[in-house]
Amino acid sequence: MTGLETLGTVLLLALKSFVLLAALLVFIAYALLADRKIWAAVQLRRGPNVVGPFGLFQSFADLLKFVLKEPVIPAGANKAIFLLAPMVFATLALASWAVIPLADGWAIADINVGITYIFAISSLGVYGVIMGGWASNSKYAFLGALRSAAQMISYEVSLGFVIICVLLCAGSLNLSRIVMAQDTSLGILGWYWLWLFPMFIVFFISALAETNRPPFDLPEAESELVAGYMVEYSSTPYLLFMLGEYVAIMTMCALGTVLFLGGWLSPIPFAPFTWVPGLIWFALKASFLFFMIAMVKSIVPRYRYDQLMRLGWKVFLPLSLVSVVVVAFVLKLTGLAPGA
Amino acid sequence: MTAAAAFFYLFAGFAIASGFMVIAARNPVTSVLFLILAFVNAAGLFVLMGAEFLAMILVVVYVGAVAVLFLFVVMMLDVDFAALRQGFQQYLPIGGLIGAIFAIELILVVGSWTIDPGIVRTPIGSNAASEGLTNTQALGRVLYTEYAYFFQIAGLVLLVAMIGAIVLTLRDRPGVKRQNIAVQNARTQEMAVENRKVPSRQGVEV
Repeated sequence: MTGLETLGTVLLLALKSFVLLAALLVFIAYALLADRKIWAAVQLRRGPNVVGPFGLFQSFADLLKFVLKEPVIPAGANKAIFLLAPMVFATLALASWAVIPLADGWAIADINVGITYIFAISSLGVYGVIMGGWASNSKYAFLGALRSAAQMISYEVSLGFVIICVLLCAGSLNLSRIVMAQDTSLGILGWYWLWLFPMFIVFFISALAETNRPPFDLPEAESELVAGYMVEYSSTPYLLFMLGEYVAIMTMCALGTVLFLGGWLSPIPFAPFTWVPGLIWFALKASFLFFMIAMVKSIVPRYRYDQLMRLGWKVFLPLSLVSVVVVAFVLKLTGLAPGA
Repeated sequence: MTAAAAFFYLFAGFAIASGFMVIAARNPVTSVLFLILAFVNAAGLFVLMGAEFLAMILVVVYVGAVAVLFLFVVMMLDVDFAALRQGFQQYLPIGGLIGAIFAIELILVVGSWTIDPGIVRTPIGSNAASEGLTNTQALGRVLYTEYAYFFQIAGLVLLVAMIGAIVLTLRDRPGVKRQNIAVQNARTQEMAVENRKVPSRQGVEV
């Protein structure tokens, strides 16, 4: 490959990444608004409705407000780590999107170990939280960070086993291949949400816990810890934490779409439906999962911490471990195992 | 080729620099953070070698789990590094000796390879690339067929270590209230709430 070709590849890659990033951030701005609107609708409120028609520009107004405010750094804080933490958190959350296939062949990096990459990156997200909590030099922040770290590590284990179940069925770690493996003549009935239904439920609940969403938002439980690890943060650093959180939620929605809802595939596998671009199906499915997550936030009360730990270690871990064994046995005995 | 070399020097340089900072940093938390940076760069080197599965597992296991525990311990224990440096002179000979042994062994490993390439036994499954397998498949094949017993024994060793840790730290503390979830869930409204008519100005016996 000549130098010019390399340069071209690099530029094209940078352009693709930039377009994905911009689209993702706009999507997340509206996901945030949708989150608040759904929450409001359940509580019979109007939600944000002042900025722009139906409050459509609310997220952008918030962005402007955050950026223009003064970042306050506590006197006892470790300055470098304090500022590094939100950057690490937001960057890592965005980094997972490099491997997610939005449509057939539409992944920035279609790597062989895509799912392991996402798993690795999301396990790193905990560092932003711990660093932020420790560097703030505040007991509430530190307690929030400890809780968050314990919670994320606990639920990562069962999430890993759920992913292994899907991998056993799909026979590949490549996200595009996992979607392809669900491409049967059955359409929506051939996707893994039906065949691995208990695992889909475990995945959904673990995703809530992994991203610190209600009812598992104990790291930032305002009745106990003020705002958890984010207590001391203001303006742009706070914005980065919030952004990272919502990006992580969207990543989980996208991951759920790829693993269980057939990615970019059309739910009804014949003509008029297969003409719809895969990207639209993908966005619809991810939005559906996000809607479910938003509904959970507005309906379910917060869990107690010991109950959260019990659910993770005593219920989900044995359940997912057993289903790995069961799925493997069934695949082996029925001869359905890929590559067998 | 040049791009790969550039990335190699980038990752290797960062790994060595952050490895140095691990022992040079004054704040133990900074040390651990540099250790994490070193792990991530090592993962980058694995990717360059085409061992992408190992790279990801390195990040998941070491960075995502082990280093988090390190960080916890260091943050909670409040280690006083100034006190640890007191015995620097005293430990210098032993430290130097260990360092020298490591250096010699490293030189021997690389040296024997260059002197006689035949000394390295060809590992099983080295022809995985020619069979068109991804390295996840190749690793799985070797690990679960050729080395299945060793793999199981490695798992058992970890299990024993885990049970040992639990036995060492388990204390039976009296007076701790535990909630039995089954009993809790079996409670009905009748068991939990009692409605009573309260006569005016008299109250009720509880």
